[in-house]
Amino acid sequence: MRRLEEEIKSKVIKASRTLDPDIRQKIEEAYQREEKEEARIVLKAILDDIEIAEKTSLPLCQDTGMFWALIRYSSSSPYSLKDLEDTLLSALAKAADEGLFRKSIVSEPVFERTNTMSNMPPVISVELTDEPYSSIDILLKGFGSENCSQTRMLNPTAGREGVLNAALDMVRQAGGKPCPPMFIGIGIGGTADRAAFLSKKALLGKRRHEDERYDDLEEDILRAVNDLKIGAGGLGGSSTALEVNIEYEPTHIAGLPVSLSISCWADRKAHIDVREELWKED
Amino acid sequence: MERRLILPYSSSEEIKKIKAGDSVLISGTLYVGRDQVHKRLSTMIEEGETLPFDFKGNGIYYMGPSPSVSPFPLGAAGPTTSGRMDPYSPLLMEHGLVVMVGKGPRSAGVIDAIKRYSALYLQAFGGCGALYSKKIKKAEMVAFEDLGPEALLRLEVEDFPTICVIDSTGACPYF
Repeated sequence: MRRLEEEIKSKVIKASRTLDPDIRQKIEEAYQREEKEEARIVLKAILDDIEIAEKTSLPLCQDTGMFWALIRYSSSSPYSLKDLEDTLLSALAKAADEGLFRKSIVSEPVFERTNTMSNMPPVISVELTDEPYSSIDILLKGFGSENCSQTRMLNPTAGREGVLNAALDMVRQAGGKPCPPMFIGIGIGGTADRAAFLSKKALLGKRRHEDERYDDLEEDILRAVNDLKIGAGGLGGSSTALEVNIEYEPTHIAGLPVSLSISCWADRKAHIDVREELWKED
Repeated sequence: MERRLILPYSSSEEIKKIKAGDSVLISGTLYVGRDQVHKRLSTMIEEGETLPFDFKGNGIYYMGPSPSVSPFPLGAAGPTTSGRMDPYSPLLMEHGLVVMVGKGPRSAGVIDAIKRYSALYLQAFGGCGALYSKKIKKAEMVAFEDLGPEALLRLEVEDFPTICVIDSTGACPYF
């Protein structure tokens, strides 16, 4: 087995049981500043859950999600994209099995909805990169939050206000369903499907934009979302969202696609840099 | 206010004294069913078949666990979104089901039915699968094993934490 396979598998299992320290920190801060009693009870339960999952081998949440992966394939890779994808598939199947993930994937969406009993297949997207090595990002995408995703095709002149209002309205409709406090990814531009993809990519983490207006917009959307007072568990209070990230791309003169993806508080993800030593066989 | 609820309950007064906003610790028996179980139970009611468990005095928890992790009877076992059960819940309440445990808002139709049948909707903490696993002392298969993680189970729970979000008068201050 390649070291890479082991690396992906162990990082994905770890993601199902532990949160990144910065995400945990944000939840702890939300608990410290929360004043509404019900929301405090919810945030305390979340912190207890994080601690229990860390000490036992229990997943944080029974919905260990649908695997969503983004491969950034380096043009200077000494292996083919097919080889990389095969390794990823094998690692994810083993993670679901050995990590005792819930089997949540059905083979066909409308009629029999037969469970594949393996959590396969994942959703995989590929981008090409000039970086010296490839990388893989993986989300364990729970569907309580995924069911709150939306895409809207705004008027091209809707501008900043239009984007802010659309995002607010989509979060308002989600209400307490996506297990707030939530992490929000917003994709802007491209075509409808591209905006939806960008909103997932935005969930991969915080980054500064070259164009600072987008950083400001993220902050304004976060503030406005928290003013909705949906709160932890949907029971009110000040912690509706902990982070808003935007990814944007060029679009058509006639349109302004805006798409929203939400991660629940259990924002579970893994990042793997496919450096040369990981491609070796053990 | 902090309250305790033992299931199955002995008197409807136990349900009526719980008010929206109360913290409620459940102990005793809790049945587990989510999307496909609700669809099947509704079909069974419509076709006049005998139900796999007696609704009277009992509660249903919207949940689909991850595989068992030793030494716990189940893996992670937190609530799923209740709204997907909305089309089926009024019929189940009409046939005696009183306590529902899940997460998130309910439809106006469900709130009306809760009021009509003096039922109760309790919210468990979304995403807290590991926390709830520790509150489950026993888990048994009751029906629909073919549904895998969506099968109908019977749990024995102890001090299972919830918040009442819709009480038996239909009061619902959160959504």
